[in-house]
Parts: sequence; structure tokens; C-alpha cells
Amino acid sequence: MEGFKGLVVILLSSVLVNNYVLSRFLGICPFLGVSKKLNQAVGMGVSVTVVMLLATLATWPIQHLVLDKFGLGYLQTIVFILIIASLVQILEIVLKRFSPALHQGLGVYLPLITTNCAVLGVAINNINDKFTFVQSLVSSLGCGLGFLLAMVLFSGLRSRIDESEVPKSFRGVAITLIAASFISLAFMGLAGIVDNLFA
Amino acid sequence: MKKNNGFSVLMNGIIKENPVFVLILGTCPTLATTTNVFGAFGMGISTLIVLICSNILISLLRKVIPDNVRIPCYIVIIAGFVTIVQMVVHAFFPALYDMLGVYLALIVVNCIILGRAEMFASKNSVGRSALDGLGMGIGFTLALCSIAVIREVLGAASFAGIAIPFLADYKIDFLVKAPGGMVVYGLLIALVSALTFGKSPKKKEFSCAGCPGAKLCGSAACHGEKHEEKEEK
Repeated sequence: MEGFKGLVVILLSSVLVNNYVLSRFLGICPFLGVSKKLNQAVGMGVSVTVVMLLATLATWPIQHLVLDKFGLGYLQTIVFILIIASLVQILEIVLKRFSPALHQGLGVYLPLITTNCAVLGVAINNINDKFTFVQSLVSSLGCGLGFLLAMVLFSGLRSRIDESEVPKSFRGVAITLIAASFISLAFMGLAGIVDNLFA
Repeated sequence: MKKNNGFSVLMNGIIKENPVFVLILGTCPTLATTTNVFGAFGMGISTLIVLICSNILISLLRKVIPDNVRIPCYIVIIAGFVTIVQMVVHAFFPALYDMLGVYLALIVVNCIILGRAEMFASKNSVGRSALDGLGMGIGFTLALCSIAVIREVLGAASFAGIAIPFLADYKIDFLVKAPGGMVVYGLLIALVSALTFGKSPKKKEFSCAGCPGAKLCGSAACHGEKHEEKEEK
């Protein structure tokens, strides 16, 4: 039971408290770039979640079974980015071959994900936090869902911004960042939620 | 801007196409490492070094790397330099290493570096690429430091870790937290755009031009923004 509680805490804290976009600033570029419309936001969010899970599935065993064992820890960055890049490529090929419909929906976002710092960030953070394999998977699931949540919330906010009169120099990125800060502020209010969850 | 001398290439990165305020690249480290001037400066310099080295190497290899696999090649080159920088920082500046944490490794996926590799180094001579890297790196460092000064002085009442006593009672905690960073960054972008309005090159909403995926992703994600080949001429 203890283990299960731990997993719930990890999941909730990575979705709500340590939300990757809003409190750790990982994956800001797609967050700002692709959140204009709700369907795009959902597509990007789902793709990121899938890739994060797959990346953890691949990088955790490699770190523990290969890199640590042979004292190659310093190769972490280079190995992880290669794994993620090839993973994304393979995923795209597989989707194209077996599920053209899904490829139509998610395929366009996949090339963007290779250079998404959130994916590499999750893989590295899971190692740094000394998570077990299961914990790592749960935490990457949580991070992906957190990203999705932030994207969906933000796309709603942005459609409002588009309709409003914004001062000339604030148009574009500036007002978007300030709007993002309000969402981030709202998420800050959830900070205590996990500590008291099972208290 | 299209002048061919080295000086204009250098200044281009610092002012006209400042990666942070004009091209809006590398948002993640910009927001994450600017709570402290020391951290921001360290991040800027690390990025500067990686940028110069990768620009030089990519420019040297630009005729050797086949076009189809260029992005993976660039990523490997960049990752190699990032690893070197990581080891150097870990060995000589452990305090900085702890402060930057995962963001040091994430220089690999910093769009500025890949963007410059794709847009500049793959088409220009070694000398010009090195200057471009230097200019972009200095521009990045200056921008990071300017954000960090505002956030740290007003938010934590200190400068590079040294407390400023008379501000201690008036510090605005909000600014060193996550949302504060976004507000400061947003306001500075607005300021820069107000100062350069009309004078700067075409205003982009989001800088897909610098994103290496721009060509691939085409329409949906980047609102159909075309990959601009602005460096040529």
C-alpha cells in the first residue's frame, strides 16, 4: 500500500505541483507555439505524453544497465538525445505504416518533439531523482498529463486574447507570456496539495 | 544587415536579431535560470561556448554532412560539446553546476544552437559562423543577465548572491517565482518591440524560422510559417 501511495503522490505532484511547463519551464516553446487552437493543443499534448513514456521506457534501462554498469555516466546527455531522436523517428514510421489516421493527427507534431526540452528533461530528471523503473514511468506519465492539461487550459485563454484589443507592442509573444504567468500563478496555489494528501 | 563584413554579423546577434528578445528562441533556459544573476551569467557563457564550438565545427563539415541526415549530425555535434561544457563546469564551478542542474544538459535542445546551425553555420564560412556564434552568444548572455538583474534585485533584494540591505524590506517574492519570470520576460519583449517598432525586421509571432522542425512540420503546428532563408544573399 505504501508503494501505491508513493506512486499517487508522484503522479499528482508531477501533474499539478511541479508542472513541467508552468513551474519548471520545460517545453515552453511548444506551449507558446502550438496552443492556439484546442485540437492542436490536444494533439501536441498527447504526442508529448506518448513520447515521454516511450523515452523513459528506453532511457531508464539503458542508464542503469549500460551506462552505470560500465561507468559511462558522462555520456548520458549524448546517449539520451540520440535515443529520443531515433525513438521519435521510429514512432513516426510505425504510425505512418500501421495507422495513417493517427499519423495524420499526431504526425505533424512528432518532428517538433525531438528538440522538446521537456522530453529530455523528464528522462534526465527521473535518473537524478533516483526513481525506480515504475516510479519513473508514473512520473513521466504525470509530466505528460500535466503538459496536456496546461496546453488545454492555455488554448482556452488564448482564444480570448485573440478577441481582445491588445496594445500594439504587447501583441504576439509578450501578451502570451503574461497570460501564461497567470495560469502559472493559479498552479502555484496547488503547491500544498500533495504534502497533505495522505496526512 | 546584409552587409558582408564580420562586424555586422557580430552585432546582428547582439542587437538586431537578439535570440531572446527578437527571435524568441531558447525560452526555457531564459525563464528557468534567471532567478539569479550568477546563474544567468553562467548559463549564458556555457551556451556561448557551445554555440561558437558547434558553429565552427558544423561550418567546417558543411560540405561533408549529407543533407538528409544533417539534423541528427548537428544534434550529435552539439551534444558532444554540451557534455564537455558540463564536465568542465562540474569540475571547476560546482556551485554553478548545482544551481543550473538539469538545464545545463538541456543546452542540447536549446533552439538557438540548432537554429543557428541550420540557418547560419551550414551556409557560411568558418570565420563568419564563429562570429555569428559569438554575437548570438553575447546577445543571449546579455538578455539573460538583464532579466536576471530585474528579477533578483527586485525579487530577492540581492545581486549575484550579495544582499542589498536597503531593499530587503521591499522585495517582491513573486518575481523570483515561476510566474514572475514570465511577466518580466513578457514586459521586456513588449519594451523591445515598442523601441524597435517599424525598424526591426518583420515581426514574427513565434519563431518557427529558427526551429529546425519548421521545414518538416510545415503547416499545422507552425501556422504554415515558411522556413526563411534570411542569411543567404
